Amino acid sequence: MTTSVQDRPPRIVAERPALLEDRATHYCPGCGHGVVHRLLAEVLGELGLGPRTIAVAAVGCAVFAYDYLHVDFVEAQHGRAPAVATGIRRVRPEAFVLTYQGDGDLAAIGTAEIVHAAARGERMTVVFVNNGIYGMTGGQMAPTTLLGQKTTSTPLGRDARTAGYPLPITEMLAILPGVAYAARGSLASPSAIGKTRAMLKRACEVQEVDGGFGIVEILSNCPVGWGMTPVESIEHLAVVADTFPLGVLVDRPRAKAGS
Amino acid sequence: MTSSPASVLTRSAAPERVLLKGNEAIAEAAIQAGCDAYFGYPITPQAELLEWMARRMPEEGRAFVQAESEIGAISMALGAAATGARVMVSTSSPGFSLMAEGMSYIAGSELPVVLVNVMRGGPGLGSIGPAQSDYLQAVKGHGHGDYRVPVFAPSSIGEAVSLVADAFEIAERYRTPVILLADGIMGQAMEPVSPVYRNPARRPADWALTGADGRPPRVVKSLHLSPEDLERHNSHLQAKFRTIAAAEVRWAGEDLADAELVIVAYGTAARVSRSAVARARELGLRAGLFRPISLWPFPSDALASIATSARAIVVVELSAGQMLEDVRLAVEGRAPVLFHGRTGGMVPTPDEVVDVLRGAWALTPPRDGGAR
Repeated sequence: MTTSVQDRPPRIVAERPALLEDRATHYCPGCGHGVVHRLLAEVLGELGLGPRTIAVAAVGCAVFAYDYLHVDFVEAQHGRAPAVATGIRRVRPEAFVLTYQGDGDLAAIGTAEIVHAAARGERMTVVFVNNGIYGMTGGQMAPTTLLGQKTTSTPLGRDARTAGYPLPITEMLAILPGVAYAARGSLASPSAIGKTRAMLKRACEVQEVDGGFGIVEILSNCPVGWGMTPVESIEHLAVVADTFPLGVLVDRPRAKAGS
Repeated sequence: MTSSPASVLTRSAAPERVLLKGNEAIAEAAIQAGCDAYFGYPITPQAELLEWMARRMPEEGRAFVQAESEIGAISMALGAAATGARVMVSTSSPGFSLMAEGMSYIAGSELPVVLVNVMRGGPGLGSIGPAQSDYLQAVKGHGHGDYRVPVFAPSSIGEAVSLVADAFEIAERYRTPVILLADGIMGQAMEPVSPVYRNPARRPADWALTGADGRPPRVVKSLHLSPEDLERHNSHLQAKFRTIAAAEVRWAGEDLADAELVIVAYGTAARVSRSAVARARELGLRAGLFRPISLWPFPSDALASIATSARAIVVVELSAGQMLEDVRLAVEGRAPVLFHGRTGGMVPTPDEVVDVLRGAWALTPPRDGGAR
């Protein structure tokens, strides 16, 4: 039996989440930040966290997250978002505290701040978007750049002898007792995006039960910085996942209890 | 003061004289001033300030965090201040260098934070002795960008206590960081003090981040990518700095009425100079002390006026000559400006300063002698 579209009652299958502002973003075509923003807006909305959220925007392409997400925001210095979030946390116990950071910000210039916020078990949720490159400054090597990957500062490809190895910082954080939730997701496919969304939701819930520090690393793309089309860059995320395996590393809320 | 009920009450409620260490007095003054959160990192010679806060802030149900670095501490201050909290950080010279980044962002984001720098000898790791060698850094520089920060320098522990409350008030009035610039002696010395604590009234903070509940989201930031926006923001900041420069000048004078030799000194150097002035007067030299309390805004107009009738201006610092530059700019040739400084943790003795005054007397012609 065939029915025409006109015969069916209209059904909304997708709409703009209330916490996502209705405006065009500045992100490059094919960039993953828009997807992550949407996931975050959906999850915060579902959990009713919007009115209590104080978010920290980090230096990088996503510093403008405050233009797109309908929550209070403070802008941190490069790498310092977890320390800024700590300051918020300690004077606003009722707030939902979130940082949104890239890989250069979190895993290079901000390693001290992320490690010690995690070590203290600060009740915050870190959204860590790893696209393996410094996008905003023109595509230089990041701590997470893959071996052999060409960037504007590794023109012959990243060579471990001179530029070291990609930094698995989420695994490093996962060994700390203050970390209640650590996971790595990806934007490689609709199903991967669905899993990433569930990770984000869990990381938010963990904060709400005073579980401790939560982080979700999201493997994302940078078509312009990688010199690829959007589709090629999404397909390339499978290669990235060889270096940065997907999955939940830690799920132990109330890690601090009994200490 | 007339004996209104209020002043009687103030007098009868006057605190008893207690022996207080500078670092601890500053810390307790902050607590009594309603400081909601303190962030710090251990460094000599201000460690007692952090330790006092570590014990007292939790007792009061307030926030205390020993940060992973001074960078972490100032960043925590930025976050807490963005929510409207009353926030203090403290450090000493090398740590202040690390806080420079955060200061620039806090100034650009227009957040109230009080920063205490208990200066030690530099450059580099330097020494842990008292110094005033971060004057230029505190007054002219620290972070990048076109901004100014009010800087207040106590020269006694009692004054430090009252300046803490004033610093919070000024920080919140203008939405600006404020620096309390002390030196190692101010931090480490103990003095009998009658501390006058004050908890300044809170101002409504319609910019503070509290969660966008029933109102549009708020953003606290320093980024203005469009040149037009950033210039507008900078013009706004500069207008604010002009207001502060006009309204918040502070200085104190001693024996200035007939002074021919005017010492300009702040902090510990002013304490030494006060003794030197007394001894010089015993020797028949008409000396006086001009003591800047606000280093920015610098009391230039007052000093210029005093310089008009001075035979010589003598600047005394625990540095190789930093405030000296501001003194010269203020005096603008109205009188000869001489300098005496010790560095590295060394402190001049009053007799040493008296010798400098004698030298100044010998080197300079009388004011009305017509020889100039």
